[in-house]
Amino acid sequence: MSTPVVEITGLRKSFGAHEVLKGIDLEIDAGDVVCVIGPSGSGKSTLLRCVNLLEQPTAGTITVLGTEVTDPDVDIDRVRTRVGMVFQQFNLFPHLDVLANCTVAQRKVLHRTAEEATSIAMANLDRVGLADRAHSHPTELSGGQQQRVAIARSLSMDPQLMLFDEPTSALDPELVGDVLTVMRELADSGMTMLVVTHEMAFAREVADRVVFMDDGVVVEQGAPDVVIGAPTHPRTRDFLQRVLDPTHRHPTAD
Amino acid sequence: MTATSTGAPSSGAPARTRMSPRRRARLSRGIQYAILLVALLALVLATDWSRVGTSFFNAGAAKDMLPAFPRAVGNTLTYTLAAFAVGLSLGTVLALMKLSSVRPYRWLATIYIEFFRGVPALLVVISFGFAVPVALGLTIDSFIVKAALALGMVSAAYIAETLRAGIQAVPRGQVEAARSLGMSQARTLATVVIPQAFRIVLPPMTNEFILLTKDTSLIFLLGLTAAQFDLTYIGRDALNSAHGGLTGLFVAGGGYLLITIPLGLLARWLENRTGKARRS
Repeated sequence: MSTPVVEITGLRKSFGAHEVLKGIDLEIDAGDVVCVIGPSGSGKSTLLRCVNLLEQPTAGTITVLGTEVTDPDVDIDRVRTRVGMVFQQFNLFPHLDVLANCTVAQRKVLHRTAEEATSIAMANLDRVGLADRAHSHPTELSGGQQQRVAIARSLSMDPQLMLFDEPTSALDPELVGDVLTVMRELADSGMTMLVVTHEMAFAREVADRVVFMDDGVVVEQGAPDVVIGAPTHPRTRDFLQRVLDPTHRHPTAD
Repeated sequence: MTATSTGAPSSGAPARTRMSPRRRARLSRGIQYAILLVALLALVLATDWSRVGTSFFNAGAAKDMLPAFPRAVGNTLTYTLAAFAVGLSLGTVLALMKLSSVRPYRWLATIYIEFFRGVPALLVVISFGFAVPVALGLTIDSFIVKAALALGMVSAAYIAETLRAGIQAVPRGQVEAARSLGMSQARTLATVVIPQAFRIVLPPMTNEFILLTKDTSLIFLLGLTAAQFDLTYIGRDALNSAHGGLTGLFVAGGGYLLITIPLGLLARWLENRTGKARRS
């Protein structure tokens, strides 16, 4: 069909002498939701951050929305306007209120008028259920609310791809659900998403494809029922057992 | 306490009537007040009040200074503002140079900062008044410009370090979030980093301004004409008059406080205001 939204080939990334990514190949088609799972230190966040060039790859090529971002002369700012990013630590701008957080880049980067930016921001805040908090300051919100604002801020740029870097890892357990609900609705609306997560239930239910990474390589990828439900590789099985054991559920029990 | 201590901690503890922590704190506070009172009393008794009245707070001498006083405060403030403008502009450039990816810029900024931070302002002002015109064949006619450049060059070194620290104190995630939204590096600096750094540098910047206000007392070394007198100048002038003793210096000191105290209050108010915007 059409060309993939993200096409990664032979991606390598080293921090000094330490090689974090050891040759990654990955494709994401339009509308796909891809969840990356794996132990900490496996390089999954680095992989995500290479896609919008928050980390500069050491080798390999990455093409995002038809633009090769690994080209040294790429206009990365233009690519980034179409790629939303949600961080583990939210990173809302503390000196701006919720509405301004969602309008500032629309105004300064996309040069939208104040009215247009505000109406788009309000629509997205409504979408994450926080339209009534438009004039609050980020520090007045709970972690879950802040993360939903961060999602609305990204969506206000009308992205064609959303990157999520462990979006619920910094949240209190009771606040995780609200953020996952927003992400699920976003997936249902057809957004192309690359999600690094530890939420196995979310990955299993929402993902079109699950990628298991360990030690800088993709160990196994495929349908969630296969990778999470019936993993073939021993490293995947070992990881899932560790993650799922505290809940006293056998990985293949359900 | 000594011989029977083996099994006695529960019953033997109150044997020695120790004061409760609350009563001990009260006693300590009482002693501190007593010391303060004695010190004040000693000071009052030891002071020769008639001499103080004539030599330090001489109403007549102070009155003689009155006509020149407003102008002196105004001039001091003008010199300070002009020097601060130079210091802030140059300091911003130096701070950005220090954060530059071009290594020679970082070196230059470091050398400048280390030099001007380490050399007494007095020396710089004298050099500016006498060495620079000779060495560079450059004469600056405007006195304000000369004063502002001399003091601003010193101040810039301190301001640069303050700004650099402020910019670096803004969390990395803020920059990443802004860049991820497609903002350029310059746009990120202007929209996200500097507004947050401003709040961080406000208290040290106030300090810098107050130090600069006092440093303007050095500009008499550049040679003041009649209309350019500042607070220190009229203070020194009053010292030469027949009566009043040191009154002139005290009046001048009061003039500096007249500038610096409201400034401190303004900074505190600004800090609270921007702080509120972030927290409550």
